[in-house]
Amino acid sequence: MAVQFDGGVIIGADSRTTTGSYIANRVTDKLTMVHDRVYCCRSGSAADTQAVADIVHYYCQMFDVQNGEAPPVKVVASMFQEICYQNKDGLMAGIIVAGWDKKVGGGSVYNISLGGSMNKQPFAIGGSGSTYIYGYCDASYHENMTVTECIEFTKNAIALAMSRDGSSGGCIRLAVITEQGVQRIFVPGNELPTFFEG
Amino acid sequence: MATTSIDSFPATARPGGFSFELHTRNQVLSSRGAAVPRATKTGTTIVGVVYKHGVVLGADTRATEGPIVADKNCEKIHYIAPNMYCCGAGTAADTEFTTNLISSQLELHRLATGRQARVVTAMTLLKQMLFKYQGQVGAALILGGCDVEGPQLFSIHPHGSTDKLPYVTMGSGSLAAMSIMEAKWTPDMERQDAIDLVDNAIRAGIFNDLGSGSNVDVTVITPEGVDVLRNYATPNERGVREGVYDYARGTTKVLTESIRSLVEVVDGDAMEVE
Repeated sequence: MAVQFDGGVIIGADSRTTTGSYIANRVTDKLTMVHDRVYCCRSGSAADTQAVADIVHYYCQMFDVQNGEAPPVKVVASMFQEICYQNKDGLMAGIIVAGWDKKVGGGSVYNISLGGSMNKQPFAIGGSGSTYIYGYCDASYHENMTVTECIEFTKNAIALAMSRDGSSGGCIRLAVITEQGVQRIFVPGNELPTFFEG
Repeated sequence: MATTSIDSFPATARPGGFSFELHTRNQVLSSRGAAVPRATKTGTTIVGVVYKHGVVLGADTRATEGPIVADKNCEKIHYIAPNMYCCGAGTAADTEFTTNLISSQLELHRLATGRQARVVTAMTLLKQMLFKYQGQVGAALILGGCDVEGPQLFSIHPHGSTDKLPYVTMGSGSLAAMSIMEAKWTPDMERQDAIDLVDNAIRAGIFNDLGSGSNVDVTVITPEGVDVLRNYATPNERGVREGVYDYARGTTKVLTESIRSLVEVVDGDAMEVE
């Protein structure tokens, strides 16, 4: 999940990787850096998304060195889109690209779904657990949220998804990306926000 | 093409990658009832643990061919570099050859750079190769080593995804081993505690998983060096037969005896050939 605010973006994810019904990694970091101020949230096949992210990471480094400036989030998102679309038959990758760049002067969030379509959105959710929180997100999101409100929104949304989706769980990893840098926030599994528990 | 002979598939003419030329033939054969030979799998329990001063890797020693034990004491912890070892689960040939290939690539890399190889380098070489083959190379690996960044442990799945973790288990016995790990692992363990944890985790796999068995191999990797503890524990040694079941001479009555000489030694050595 990623949410844009004035000055940057908040990204967040759960930490569960499954092989069938076995949890292969319960503390996964699904927030992957592709450049200093551009991250991606990976969902779908772990092998596919790791491979694609590594390739885009390489492209971003080349862009930076060749152009003398950090790649804008839009450019990074289109790098992802190119790979995901041209290889759509062989990949299962749903990626959210989010970050800060100087050209926009603030944050941007791009959602790249399974077929390779790219959409710029104020906030984006993805993965198997996202289906359970569309209602919550649409109801809670409003424009001009502050950083703290965005963090709460992201944390709550992911916690709700984790409590309903079997393929999501573990702990919540968040990151705040601004001009100043990337600040990571960790929410352990026993400190998740709680809602109706029955 | 009138007849398909071995010369039709010369090694030099084959392009790189897997050859699926015999796939149709195999399908026809199996539809006519022929048994398809299965690749030797390691049916394994492998574990890795990061402790205060380094990494401890452990593995069982049973290699299976379906329900049969093909090798009772195989080595599943493979050398990658002086500071890195890799446990392998899945198809035995795939793990053996994949680790050998990356080990040789890393040695060339070491000679070219003039410095100690990093664990992430081996991890990247492995994951990029496995991803390229889209899971057809059935190698599930646990890579552990010590370099300038400290002790590191990675799990690598056949499709090419990797996880960096403080403790990992893989193979058919991974669930049994993981239950021990989750119960007993703590951060910054001492060397013997880590070895005991690995030993117990592998034993859980050996005794509770049919695909794992025989002995426990342990390898300890620290910045100072590597300790290969082959057959660290042998909890499955064959017992001594308690009774005597031999029959004394004379138990079976001999009715007639006829001796025929098959070799006629004329002169010199009977085996002499012109």
